[in-house]
Amino acid sequence: MKTGRIAYLGAIHAVSEAQDGRVRLADGRTPGEGEFVWLPPVEPGAIFALGLNYADHARELAFKAPETPLVFLKGPNTLIGHRARTRRPADVAYMHYECELAVVIGKQAKKIAKQDAYDYVAGYTVANDYAIRDYLENYYRPNLRVKNRDGCTPLGPWLVDRADVQNPMNLKLTTRINGKTTQSGTTADMIFDVATLIAYLSSFMTLDPGDVILTGTPEGLADVRPGDVIETEIESIGCLVNEIVDDATFSANSK
Amino acid sequence: MHYGVILNDRRSLAKIGSLDAAPYKGAPRAPVLYIKPPNTLARPGASIELPDGAASVEVAATVGLVIGRAASRLRQADALTHVSELMLACDLSLPHTSYYRPPIREKCFDGSLILGPRGVVADISALTLTTEIDGEKVDRFSLADLIRDPVQLLVDVSEFMTLNAGDVLLVGVLYRAPEARPGQRVVIAAEGLGELAFSIAERAR
Repeated sequence: MKTGRIAYLGAIHAVSEAQDGRVRLADGRTPGEGEFVWLPPVEPGAIFALGLNYADHARELAFKAPETPLVFLKGPNTLIGHRARTRRPADVAYMHYECELAVVIGKQAKKIAKQDAYDYVAGYTVANDYAIRDYLENYYRPNLRVKNRDGCTPLGPWLVDRADVQNPMNLKLTTRINGKTTQSGTTADMIFDVATLIAYLSSFMTLDPGDVILTGTPEGLADVRPGDVIETEIESIGCLVNEIVDDATFSANSK
Repeated sequence: MHYGVILNDRRSLAKIGSLDAAPYKGAPRAPVLYIKPPNTLARPGASIELPDGAASVEVAATVGLVIGRAASRLRQADALTHVSELMLACDLSLPHTSYYRPPIREKCFDGSLILGPRGVVADISALTLTTEIDGEKVDRFSLADLIRDPVQLLVDVSEFMTLNAGDVLLVGVLYRAPEARPGQRVVIAAEGLGELAFSIAERAR
C-alpha cells in the first residue's frame, strides 16, 4: 500500500493510491494532479541523513569510505513535498541533488539488533537531499548551511509499506535533469545498509515512529540551475519531481 | 526542534587554539550549528543514563532563545521580537575535541538536553550561568563573552533556515565544558531565570 499527504480544498488529507494511480482521499474522492498540493508523506520528529554511504560517491568526493556511519541531522524546515520548488541562491556556484532511499521508522526502537531491524520500519519513500557546496565548512561537516536550508529536501511522493518492498537493498536509483539521466546506481552498493543504520542509531538513541533516515547517495552528482526539473526515482518506491527556481521566482510575491 | 551553536564565545575560541591547520583550514564563517532531536529532551530532576562505554559527560550550561513566532531572514532591528522568552538549559555531550564531523553519538543520546525554567530577561548579555557538580562550583559562563550575540545569531541563522514558534536556539556552549561522572549531581543557575538540577545515573549492574 502507498500512502501520502496532500492539501486539497482547504484541508490536509491522508491519501492512498487508487488503482489508476490517482490519489484517493479517505472519503473516496480522487482529485487529479494539479488540483491538490503534495506534502511530505510523513511529519518526522528526527530526520537523519548519511554522508559518504556509497563507496563510489565517497571516491567521487575524494574520501576514504568511513568506518562508522557518517550521520547528520536535519530540521523539519528543510522538507517539501513532491512537485514543489527549491530555491537556488543567485550567488552560488555549485548546488547538487542527491537521490536517496528514505527509511521511515514505524515503531519505537531502542538497542535493536541488526537481524530485528526491519521490524521497526514502516516503509520507504524517496528523498532529494540537495546540497550547496559553496557553503561547506569543516565544522560539523556537512554543516547546516549546506544541508539544512529551507525547502532543500523534497520528500515523497508516497510512503510505500515495508511489506511491498521485497528487498530494499537491491533497488535502482536514478536522477534525471530535464529528462536526461545524470545519476544511476543501486542501493546494493550502500556501505552501511538499512539494518546496520537502525542498529547503529538505536544503540545510543531512541528512534520514534515517523523518524526518517536518508541513507545516502551514489556517485553522479551534477549542478542544477534555475528552471531545471529534477526527477529522483527509486525502483518500486516512486519518482519525486522538483523544480529549481532562482531568487526572483522564489520571492516573486514577497513584500 | 532545538538547535545549538558551538565556538560562539571568546573563551572557547581561545581554548581550542589555532584553527588554521587541517581538518578545519580556517576559522568558521557561519555559525556552527547542531541539532538536538526530540529524543534528547529531558526535564529538571532527570537522572540521565549515558550511552554504553561513556565514563563521563560534558555538562554545558546555556540559554535557549524560545521562538515565539516564525523567524526567517530577520533583520537586526526586530530580531528579538521573534523571541518569546529565554530558557535555562544544560546541553550534555560525550567529550569530543574534534569538531570536524557532526556529533551524533556524542550529542544526541536520550536525555542529553535538559530544559530548565523559562523567563523574560531585559539584558541577555548580563546573564552569568554557574555550574555546580556535587555542590562544588566548577564554572561560570558570562553571556557578555558571546561572539555573536542573540540578535546577530538570529540574523545569521534565519538567513537560511526558518525558526518556527516553539523552536529553541541555544546561544552557545563552552568548548570542553566541565565533566560529570555517573552518580554526580549537577546544578545550573542564572540570576533571573532560576536553577536547573539533574543527575547522571549510576551504571546499571
